[in-house]
Amino acid sequence: MNDHIPVLIPVTLLVAALIIPLAGIRGKGWAHTVAFAGVLLSLALAVEGMWLVLATGTMRYALGGWTPPIGIELVLDPLSAFMTVLILAVGTLVLLHARTSVAGELPHKSVPFFSLCLLLLTGFVGIVLTGDLFNLFVFLEIGSLAGYGLAAIGDRRAPVAAFRYLLLGTVGATFYLLGVGLVFMMTGSLNMADLTTLLPFSTSEPPVMVGFVLMAMGIGLKMALFPLHLWLPDTYTFASSPSSALLAPLGTKVAAYVLIRLMVFVFEPGFSRDQLFVSDAMVWMALAGIVFGSVLAVAQTELKRMLAYSSVAQIGYIALGVGLGSALGLVGALLHILNHAVMKGALFLVAGNLRLKLGHTELFKLDDRLRTTMPWSMAAFVVAALSMVGIPPLAGFFSKWYLVLASIEQDAWAAVAVILVGSLLSAAYFFRILERVYLRPQGDSTGDTVAVEPAGGSAEVRWPMLAPTLILSVSLLVLGILNTVIVDGVLVRIVPNTLEGGQ
Amino acid sequence: MIETLQGLYAYWFITALLLLGLYGMLFKRSLMKKLIAMTILQSSVILFFVVSGTKWGGTVPIVDPIIGTDDPTKYISPLPHTLMLTAIVVGVATVGVAFSLLIIIYRRFHTLDEELLLERMKE
Repeated sequence: MNDHIPVLIPVTLLVAALIIPLAGIRGKGWAHTVAFAGVLLSLALAVEGMWLVLATGTMRYALGGWTPPIGIELVLDPLSAFMTVLILAVGTLVLLHARTSVAGELPHKSVPFFSLCLLLLTGFVGIVLTGDLFNLFVFLEIGSLAGYGLAAIGDRRAPVAAFRYLLLGTVGATFYLLGVGLVFMMTGSLNMADLTTLLPFSTSEPPVMVGFVLMAMGIGLKMALFPLHLWLPDTYTFASSPSSALLAPLGTKVAAYVLIRLMVFVFEPGFSRDQLFVSDAMVWMALAGIVFGSVLAVAQTELKRMLAYSSVAQIGYIALGVGLGSALGLVGALLHILNHAVMKGALFLVAGNLRLKLGHTELFKLDDRLRTTMPWSMAAFVVAALSMVGIPPLAGFFSKWYLVLASIEQDAWAAVAVILVGSLLSAAYFFRILERVYLRPQGDSTGDTVAVEPAGGSAEVRWPMLAPTLILSVSLLVLGILNTVIVDGVLVRIVPNTLEGGQ
Repeated sequence: MIETLQGLYAYWFITALLLLGLYGMLFKRSLMKKLIAMTILQSSVILFFVVSGTKWGGTVPIVDPIIGTDDPTKYISPLPHTLMLTAIVVGVATVGVAFSLLIIIYRRFHTLDEELLLERMKE
């Protein structure tokens, strides 16, 4: 049983995705029950897998009994175990939240919606678990196709944004595939473990260099690394709140994982840093993305759009950590993947709560009544916002701390300055909301009236929506306090010794 | 100049297709034409794999009693071709999703022209 954990995680999700339409025939409630049960089961498997990996070491699973490098293998190593648990934990909470928000926003689409959600998670988990470059492309497309479907569910402009996402996402995947083709031509292998031994002999061959750059570009598009982020803001804004709550915390992080896997594990870290200057380019793109994303986030007047631009900036932090190419930078990037997934999850869930209760997410219509009508949602929002700004002891502070340390270690003073400026800008765009909601005297609102229930009746959302929101924001505090445990227990073991400053 | 062209015609053709696809996606106004350009781009990569997997004098990778197994270089590696079967399936699925999105867009906005669409989205 334990030997089969790497394959059982995605298979559970896939089977649940196929059962949902059948369960949906019996009644709409069943669709959600099956989806939630499926994700919960695979989360349990992932946690057990992580436990085993940390105790006994990497697990490898040869699909169909074909031994690698001929067959495809699934690999559960510390990095993929960490990502799997993260994806499924956030996915579980978002799906718990989605029961009510889907019923409110998409009453007739709940069955296909949950099926798509599970296909999306199947794709993401598959990307993280696979040990084969081409299989990664297939899972990338499974996840992306489900993502296009989810992004198209929303307001009337959502299909246009989803179509643009589809075009750019397919270009990204095609570039990745072309890169895989070039690397395969020179090495004759697609297996990642096999490639780590074969590639050092051919890293000076032009096709391998071009292939690597193409793969990095393709994944950069999927990851929305500035200036390849153009599909992101519209997609997140126009999608329904349950779809954006699932896409925003996870979609770009999974692409960031692929980049880390390629740059640090499959290819030698020195290849992208010293030979090709991909790392340098990434650092500059990341810094530009942090400034650009934060400045545009300040300019937005709609909550989800603001969060989308803030995602562009946060992806910059992750790319910066990867691009610095040191052990400390990688730890910062991985910790930021974790923290940002939780923070963005919490913020998008609050946006979903607001949309359900107020019917909109316009910033200038939010006012002080929210602090009495929706006290718990707004409290969760405050915690997540403070964490985004980077206030200790919340989680967001520590990942930025590691990134600053990594930048100082590399004498990248521009990066230190940009991280600080980015934090100040995120304070600017979050505090104007907090100011509207908390810092004005009661009854001083001059804005448009808010459609909340009459005075005395609390308009707070019910517990199935409130619980995941609060769990995510409380876990920000927990992750912040336990950051040394996470870094020493898990992240340090991920960092390979080929990396500068690694064990 | 001639040397870089000779013997690599297939790769130059594939490069041209790839650039054609990118050009169409960037500069065509109609979403349908963008989608066509996207399939051209995908096809160019599929052709690239197929070309990289062929060689003169090679045959299908099934053991032939006449050729024997002494010289495995006489057989073509089947992997690039089988990979592309999967990639074609992925491409078909992508185009299917894209068409269904285009149908929804056309029903809602009555146009597939990008600039008109941007105007009508603001309403």
